[in-house]
Amino acid sequence: MSITGGKTISGAVQALTFSRRATIIGGLQASIGVLLAGRMAYISVAENERYQLLSESNRVNLTLVPPRRGWLIDRNGKPIANNKTDFRVDLIPDRMRDKDKTVATLAQLLSLDEEEIDRINKELEQATSFQPVQVATGLDWESFAAVSVRLPDLPGVSPRQGFSRFYPTGAAVGHLVGYVGIASAEDYKENPDPILVTPGYKIGKDGIEKTFEDRLQGKPGAKRVEVTARGKIVRELDSRPDIPGKAMQMTLDIDLQEYAARRLGPESGSVVVMDCETGDILAMTSMPSFDPNSFSDGIGQTEYGMLRDDDHVPLRDKSLKGLFPPGSTIKPMVGLAFLEAGLSPDEAVNCNGGLRVGNRRFRCWNRRGHGRVDMAKGIYQSCDVYFYHFAQKIGMNPIALMANRLGLGQEFPLPVTNQFYGTVPDPQWKMKKFDKSWQAFDTVNATIGQGYMLANPLQLAVMSARIATGKKLMPHLLLGGKRKPVETLNIEPEHMAYIHEAMSQVVNGGGTARRARLPLDDVKLAGKTGTAQVVNLDFGRGGKDVAWKFRDHGLFVCFAPVDNPRYAAAVVIEHGGGSGSAYPVARDVMTFLYDREKAMSVLTDLEKSWGGTINERMDKKMTAYRAKIAIEKAIAEGRITPEGAVATGDTANPEMGQ
Amino acid sequence: MNDFIPAPIAQLPWKTILLLLVMASFGFVVLYSAAGGSLTPWAGLHMVRFLVFLTMAIIFSRLKENFWKTIAFPVYIVVVIMLLGVELIGAVGGGSQRWLNLGFIRIQPSELMKPAIILAVARFYDLLPAGQIRTWGAIWPLLALLAFPCALILLQPDLGTTITVVAGAMTVAFLAGLPMRLFVGGAAAIAVIAPLAFFFGLEEYQQRRVTTFLNPENDPLGAGYHISQSKIAIGSGGVFGKGFLNGTQSHLDYLPEGHTDFVFATMAEEWGLMGGVAVLFGFFLLFRWGLGVAMRAKTRFSQLAAAGLSTTIFFYVAINLMMVMGLAPVVGIPLPFLSHGGSSMMTIMICIGILMAIDRHPGRRSGTFG
Repeated sequence: MSITGGKTISGAVQALTFSRRATIIGGLQASIGVLLAGRMAYISVAENERYQLLSESNRVNLTLVPPRRGWLIDRNGKPIANNKTDFRVDLIPDRMRDKDKTVATLAQLLSLDEEEIDRINKELEQATSFQPVQVATGLDWESFAAVSVRLPDLPGVSPRQGFSRFYPTGAAVGHLVGYVGIASAEDYKENPDPILVTPGYKIGKDGIEKTFEDRLQGKPGAKRVEVTARGKIVRELDSRPDIPGKAMQMTLDIDLQEYAARRLGPESGSVVVMDCETGDILAMTSMPSFDPNSFSDGIGQTEYGMLRDDDHVPLRDKSLKGLFPPGSTIKPMVGLAFLEAGLSPDEAVNCNGGLRVGNRRFRCWNRRGHGRVDMAKGIYQSCDVYFYHFAQKIGMNPIALMANRLGLGQEFPLPVTNQFYGTVPDPQWKMKKFDKSWQAFDTVNATIGQGYMLANPLQLAVMSARIATGKKLMPHLLLGGKRKPVETLNIEPEHMAYIHEAMSQVVNGGGTARRARLPLDDVKLAGKTGTAQVVNLDFGRGGKDVAWKFRDHGLFVCFAPVDNPRYAAAVVIEHGGGSGSAYPVARDVMTFLYDREKAMSVLTDLEKSWGGTINERMDKKMTAYRAKIAIEKAIAEGRITPEGAVATGDTANPEMGQ
Repeated sequence: MNDFIPAPIAQLPWKTILLLLVMASFGFVVLYSAAGGSLTPWAGLHMVRFLVFLTMAIIFSRLKENFWKTIAFPVYIVVVIMLLGVELIGAVGGGSQRWLNLGFIRIQPSELMKPAIILAVARFYDLLPAGQIRTWGAIWPLLALLAFPCALILLQPDLGTTITVVAGAMTVAFLAGLPMRLFVGGAAAIAVIAPLAFFFGLEEYQQRRVTTFLNPENDPLGAGYHISQSKIAIGSGGVFGKGFLNGTQSHLDYLPEGHTDFVFATMAEEWGLMGGVAVLFGFFLLFRWGLGVAMRAKTRFSQLAAAGLSTTIFFYVAINLMMVMGLAPVVGIPLPFLSHGGSSMMTIMICIGILMAIDRHPGRRSGTFG
């Protein structure tokens, strides 16, 4: 490059420009350096605490260990609900990458059926990020290991060894004990405790499990582990064992409870047995029921559908929430009311099969009439006319008063989620409810346990126990704890003795339930039958020859032994077709209390004729229901014609029509 | 000293070499920890590469200004052709790539473009008569020189490298004496256009990327993950760090790219603010030396080239550190001497080598070198 004079000046200017601008650049670089140093100081000093916390929460994974729930045991220490070790697999939606692929892999590894996959996908859609979705429980070691080794490829999958709730008697305790399940989103919103969304953690959803949730749930354990970003556990830092929930002893005799449930067979009904000394509930069953084991594992859509569609409403607890007209079972109670009102038991009426009240003739159940009927015969022959006649004379109020004293219309302080307490009608009640005045025919209806009169099976059992003892027995479900001393009802001993004798005659004399006599030499049963009309049938009584839902309810209340009552019971068979459906059940359940072998042999024969035990019958029903659903689906998709399906459906499904 | 040590060795820029050695050794220590206390796979290779490239840089330092002047344009053309080659191979092979496999070595031509563009632009302004510096003739050749490589690198696509290449060239142009108003006006124009471009020019997903950078905590598992985890690593280190080999963010894999782009976070977690300040101080010494070389240089080409090369290294450091501290979006730019990676280290050591050459031969007005 040749350098001219002019350009030399220019070059000098350029050199000056360069050094000036290089200084600017140097200054800029230095200020960026200062900015960076300041920024770093800000992050690492001013925000140090926050980032240290974040770093720790990255590094340390706190896994809560669901506590073992407290056992429920019966009065003899036998388990009603316990915990069994369980290998399970859950999904944490938040951590999943490819949902479809993960579910497909799991389905293959665990051989899940289509229905299960549908359920998982559905729950995944609905689940909020923090809620675990159960994939499978009760896995064997091989399947569990198969999932565990593939964890690195399955983000969001959580295999765990834990405990699951187990109810050894299954459906027999379904309604009473309830079941457990995963906490819902609402539960979590109310109480955002991380244990609620820990896989494997269940809370009581119904029954005793729900009422005593606080006592049963226990305290979760915790495990702090160091994990990598991919969730691989590096080492365990520390752990705290769980504190299992407290065991609770119930008044139930679980063997009796199971026996009663099985003895109800294919019928829809309830059996309640009480101890006459303490008021302990020894059995309170409602059948058909659901298996709390399948509810606690997360019930399948089809199984739930089957329970929901069943006209025998297995989802309703009939012991507490089933309200039935008590029918003639209240006649001993009405008799006591008459006696207290001063009616002589020997005063009689002539029954010719009916009685005109107002402008309507009220029939006795026995069309031919009973002839001369006094109070004892009115009870053991269950003559309606006797009660029609004297109830009008005595009036409704003394009867309603006695009904309330004996437990009808009462709500008991029991640890249950809900009880329907029914109705004991009286004139004030009717005025308040319907704004209509009380009529003679209302009394007549109420006195034979029809009309407005409604009670649940537990109340009938309490009534029976109170009649048996003359004490104001209160039903109890839990053993232990302080109880108030049992009050007396202040009923004249002679009145009680008279009614007891009449009730004994029902079974042991010329009464309506002679087949209810216990097959025991030394124990006598006293009882009262009841047949409650469901609809007013023009063609007569609702026996076995009409459609199920029009059949009469069958009822029976009883206590034993007659001379020194020890146990009281009530049996209600919904649409059983009459009391004949109820008292054989009561007889066998009462027999079981004294002679288990004898009672079991009766049951074994019966179950053979019904097609197996509760579980076997439920499984069969389930299979049939599945087949029915499959056929309906096939018809809907046009794969087969409805005509072709009817025949197939009927053969595949012999029980569904009942 | 000269009595005991042979002249060629005594003449080596020992201060600079010592600085580089210290920084690379610190990188070695950090990478050793990042691998969980192991020489493999990063730390050992890092040191070997550094020594190889240091040797290369020392050889470069023997070459005189005329050599660099002569090869400035040819090198530029060769690298543009290599960039073109990358695109062609990518097009044929299906799928974009940044590498050019020469059999014995894999070269990333876009990296080589960083020093190449500096040399070419410096050579251009060296050739440009001083009187024309404020004319249009000083501008369009710069744009032409930038157009080809930038287009090709953007195609890869590699925004980070493109920005470094443009910024390097612009720095040289600025130092060459282009009118100040161009730069002030340009900065003002960007300030106006950037928000407009953000709201009207970008697709929604691109906007999200920018907002994620501004507030990474909003998307801690997605695009903001890198920045969040990096800040957690730096922030949790505190003043003195968690101690050597005790970093959890890096060892438990929460910090992504903890051995490459986010090596500073790996370092800061274990060495704390002290380590960070030490690294910044090391770079401060390096850039003071780099700009000092430029200031001491006597010829226009040496001045421009030295300042440009020094600034190129500065861009690596500045963009990388701003990124790991959450002041810039995530662009793939490593931290010199600490990050593991051959291509970038080669680029940086080429820059260092030429700087050392200029330092050794500051040049004379007469054009003779000694």
